[in-house]
Amino acid sequence: MSEGNSIKKFMFVNRKAPYGTIYALESLEVVLITAAFDQDVSLVFMDDGVYQLKKGQQTKGIECKNFSPAYRALEGYDIEKLYVDKESLEARGISEEDLLVDVTVLGAAELGELMNQQDVVLSF
Amino acid sequence: MLHIINKSPLSNNSLDSCLRVAQSGGDILLIEDAVYAATTGNAFEGKIREALEKFKIHVLQPDLEARGLADRIIAGVSPVDYGGFVDLTTANNNCQSWL
Amino acid sequence: MKFGIVVNEGPYQHQASDTAYLFCKAAIAKGHEVWRVFFYHDGVNNASKLTEPPQDDRHIVNRWSKLAEEHGVDLVVCVAAALRRGIKDENLATGFRISGLGQLVEAGIQTDRTVVFGD
Repeated sequence: MSEGNSIKKFMFVNRKAPYGTIYALESLEVVLITAAFDQDVSLVFMDDGVYQLKKGQQTKGIECKNFSPAYRALEGYDIEKLYVDKESLEARGISEEDLLVDVTVLGAAELGELMNQQDVVLSF
Repeated sequence: MLHIINKSPLSNNSLDSCLRVAQSGGDILLIEDAVYAATTGNAFEGKIREALEKFKIHVLQPDLEARGLADRIIAGVSPVDYGGFVDLTTANNNCQSWL
Repeated sequence: MKFGIVVNEGPYQHQASDTAYLFCKAAIAKGHEVWRVFFYHDGVNNASKLTEPPQDDRHIVNRWSKLAEEHGVDLVVCVAAALRRGIKDENLATGFRISGLGQLVEAGIQTDRTVVFGD
């Protein structure tokens, strides 16, 4: 597991809403850096983390930077494994069409299996 | 896999989400404010008892003692010290902190 | 085993830094190596040498410095998160260094286990 050049499976678990706290923004900054290390990266959005991907964010009124367009840029960094928890979407009345990027919607069992396969799970 | 929870289940859904998603057979460690989940008589006790059939549940004893609840541990939940916490991370292939 | 530790909260406000420290101590006592502790989000505030807790309280910053000195633990503060919060070389405590987020990813790659402490 400790070899210098091995590719590891990194998973970022996002469970917090944007703007109320800085976690979503700073998590995204780590994801973008990780892309430069050629690792196997996947992102999970669950609980209030699904709000990070909501279309139509307008942050002018709160004088904060709208960082949601950066999720669309992930594809350009070869980060294409974006998973969203089905129950979290349903509990918030949000559908896949409300999200600003293409995602794979997974049930709890599939999500749990995916987590088990990771080497490094970072949650913020 | 080791799942680490640090919030009271009565004020946050981290433990609920973990129990819903985590694969059975895994280890769950309750630390910091999550130790309240490991105590008898709390509203979450039923869910912990149910979860004990699927997971091994551990509680960080120093955190439980700090909160005056060391004598209220639910039967079946194993107390560990910081060394035991370290052992849980090495015994499992990976770990996730449900922050 | 080699451990990478991530601390996402500041000292005193949240227990995360205390738990992370006690975890590191226990890991070292068991013969493991704490290869790097990476401070992110408000965790960067653990590196301020201007911290002055009351005398009867633990000194969280000095405790980390001592761990670095005695056990060669690499204490890395995220530069982007630090600059946002006013942590710079001028007020950086002994044993800490400021560097990029790549150091966090590197810890994930180089160590056997990455353990995150936060809110």
